[in-house]
Amino acid sequence: MKLFDKVFKFNGGIRAETKKNISTAQPIRKIPLPKKIVLPLRQHIGKLAKLKVDIGDEVLKGQLIAEADGNVSAAIHASTSGKITAIEKRLIPHPSGLPDFCIEISPDGKDQWIEKKAIPWKKIGLDKVNELLLESGIVGLGGAAFPTHLKLNNSKKAGALNTLIVNAAECEPYITCDDMLMREKTHELIQGIKLVHEILNVKESVIGIEDNKTDAINFIQHAIKKEKNISLQIVPTIYPSGDAKRLIYLLKGIKIPKGRRSSDYGIQMFNVATILAIYRFIEFGEPSISRIVTITGNLKSPRNYELLFGTPLKEIIDDAGGQIIKNDTFIMGGPMMGFKLPSIDVPVTKAMNCIISSEPAMIEEKKPVLPCIRCARCAEACPVELQPQELFWFSKSKQLEKAEEYNLFDCIECGCCSYVCPSNIPLVQYYRFAKSEIIEERHEYEQANIARERNEFRLQRLEREKLERAERNALRRAQSSSEEKTKLIDEKRKAIADAMQRIEKEDDKND
Amino acid sequence: MINLQSPFVQGSTSVSNIMFIVMLALIPGLIIYMYFFGIGILLNIILASITAIIAEYFILKIRKIPTKVFLTDNTALVTAWLLALSIPSIAPWWITVIGTLFAIIIAKHFYGGIGSNIFNPAMIGYAILLISFPAIMTKWQNPSYLYDANIAFSVFMHGIDNYDGIASATPLDYVKTELLQNKNILPILNEPLARLTQMQWVGFGFLLGGIFLLFTKIITWHLPVIYLLTLFTISSLFHLIDPSQFAPFQFHLLNGGTMLAAFFIITDPVSGPTTPKGKIFFAFLIALLVYLIRVFGGYPEGIAFAVIFANICVPLIDNLTQPKVFGHD
Repeated sequence: MKLFDKVFKFNGGIRAETKKNISTAQPIRKIPLPKKIVLPLRQHIGKLAKLKVDIGDEVLKGQLIAEADGNVSAAIHASTSGKITAIEKRLIPHPSGLPDFCIEISPDGKDQWIEKKAIPWKKIGLDKVNELLLESGIVGLGGAAFPTHLKLNNSKKAGALNTLIVNAAECEPYITCDDMLMREKTHELIQGIKLVHEILNVKESVIGIEDNKTDAINFIQHAIKKEKNISLQIVPTIYPSGDAKRLIYLLKGIKIPKGRRSSDYGIQMFNVATILAIYRFIEFGEPSISRIVTITGNLKSPRNYELLFGTPLKEIIDDAGGQIIKNDTFIMGGPMMGFKLPSIDVPVTKAMNCIISSEPAMIEEKKPVLPCIRCARCAEACPVELQPQELFWFSKSKQLEKAEEYNLFDCIECGCCSYVCPSNIPLVQYYRFAKSEIIEERHEYEQANIARERNEFRLQRLEREKLERAERNALRRAQSSSEEKTKLIDEKRKAIADAMQRIEKEDDKND
Repeated sequence: MINLQSPFVQGSTSVSNIMFIVMLALIPGLIIYMYFFGIGILLNIILASITAIIAEYFILKIRKIPTKVFLTDNTALVTAWLLALSIPSIAPWWITVIGTLFAIIIAKHFYGGIGSNIFNPAMIGYAILLISFPAIMTKWQNPSYLYDANIAFSVFMHGIDNYDGIASATPLDYVKTELLQNKNILPILNEPLARLTQMQWVGFGFLLGGIFLLFTKIITWHLPVIYLLTLFTISSLFHLIDPSQFAPFQFHLLNGGTMLAAFFIITDPVSGPTTPKGKIFFAFLIALLVYLIRVFGGYPEGIAFAVIFANICVPLIDNLTQPKVFGHD
């Protein structure tokens, strides 16, 4: 076996300790049905799903309980059968630590499916398949949780696709859920790739995988021996090779800039877990209700689990034996781009690819931060070819226009710069800060504009009203004055007439 | 600082171990230096180190900066070593002290300390000494002079006045003076004073250390390679045009501070450019200036002035050489 196929190396990246074998020693495990299932209405990028059930309703496994609200949203399905026992705000696995709307199901233990219908995709065409995907609740399972139907919509707009890239790089340290999926569900995965390949009507499918997953590589190579249009391409283990645009460059040599989509270049990319979810939905009519999650790090028995969405994370941590060194700190995602969980009293969601029980070194006081010595190791490590040291300087001194001019918004926050910085500067945090400042500023500017427009409109309205009132008054005054005059004249006339009458009467008397 | 945001893992390189490796890489050159010239240079380095640490400590105190963290970053030591290696080994102690104080206090901390100094501190220290004490700064040790530790200490304390013949001109200096008398360069280059192979061996030591720095990825190839290549090209070109006036490339590459500058001085990250193209331009500019000063200027060696001038250009160089961002046209 040759070590690498021809790859186009992107700039920099890092070779961190992968720590993957911590969680690959044991097979994927399922746990018994939990006592409660808690399904957040937002497990995806986009709008909150629209509630379709009420407290007290009985639901079946796979039943739609919240539908996508518009296109930028995803549906939510009951992950087991049971009764809806609460609809309220609960803590969800999100960096903000804020509670969000959730549906609680008390499982009846039967785990009874709704009637499953395979999708006759060959008959109904891609448009209809896509409409159905909107109801499938499938989102990108690599961690980004971008609604899959939306991704396909975008590519439909872009025109003909010619390549399907299957993202099997899984470059972040610790995470092994895709690796284990490829080892244990190789056949199903290949079936899925063939299916998506046909649905998208592409010419070739390429599986991009890092060279550290030797078992998965062997299994897949064996499984695709007879496939003419599916190939496996091995890429070196350099983080962040699994970033979509970096992987496309590695495999195809195309550099896709910020703001452009791979579909503009005829390429569609899916993560292996997403491919499998699409396959389960189209072939068996099963919506997205479970995923594989790596539970790893500082735990007694770290491994991968296949978990229903809504399963309480705490039960799984307990199942994995709990922390070896107690620090009650857990990271969701990888150590490079993940975030610290506010608590483990949160449910498993679609975006949850990995939970790392913090190693002490991850949360200890960091080494002291020194000033930047301009060594440019960060620039050498930046996979987007930015100049992080300049961005740092501009972010720190709040020269936000300069930071934007130096393409701050191209930064993918992969953390390579922070990783290599000999001065221990938390560079990515500076960029996040600068980005949010710019966005905030722009928002404020827009708000100010709106307020100004509103105020101008109000002033105009007041002016107009004043004018109108003045006109009305003038008119009224004009009208009223003539009326009064006639009235006065009439009264006078009447008085004269009365007087005349009186005189006449007196005259008559006198006569 | 408690780590609240990703990334939660970090590489192991730190400023203090980068600087430590730089000092390690100076050792081969230093050992060769001592082998040929005795312990004078070591005395200078020790004194410069002590001066630098004390100066750094007090100025950190005055600036209310945590002393422990910043004293252990090893940057003051690197400055001290580079300055001491640039000063003649027979210079009296106070030369070293004045130069080091100037480098640390004025060139480094008056500009904001580590990371903020726009000039290479060691080169500022050297330039100040060269301008203020030209007689001392241009007298280099004669390698053939018997030089034991006692003499070294005496010279270190009181200067060279008691020892006739201890000093001699450097090859760069000698050739320059001889050329002023309208002589042909070829016989001059064959004079023993123009071929001080001992000093060239020291340069070779620094070259070894430099290669070590390249392998350990402390420095990138851009600066040393472009610097040496440019110096090679210019000197060869002039030599080709008029061999009777201009020395061949090996003379320029092997003499003076060429090797020390190529790997240790122009590679100072703080006062140098950050972009790859910028580094190329910076190294080219320094090599060009070094040659011009050596051959046409008033000083036999021009590295310090060339580096200081190039330092001034760094913001402009960085600005004009921004690399293309991934996917941008």
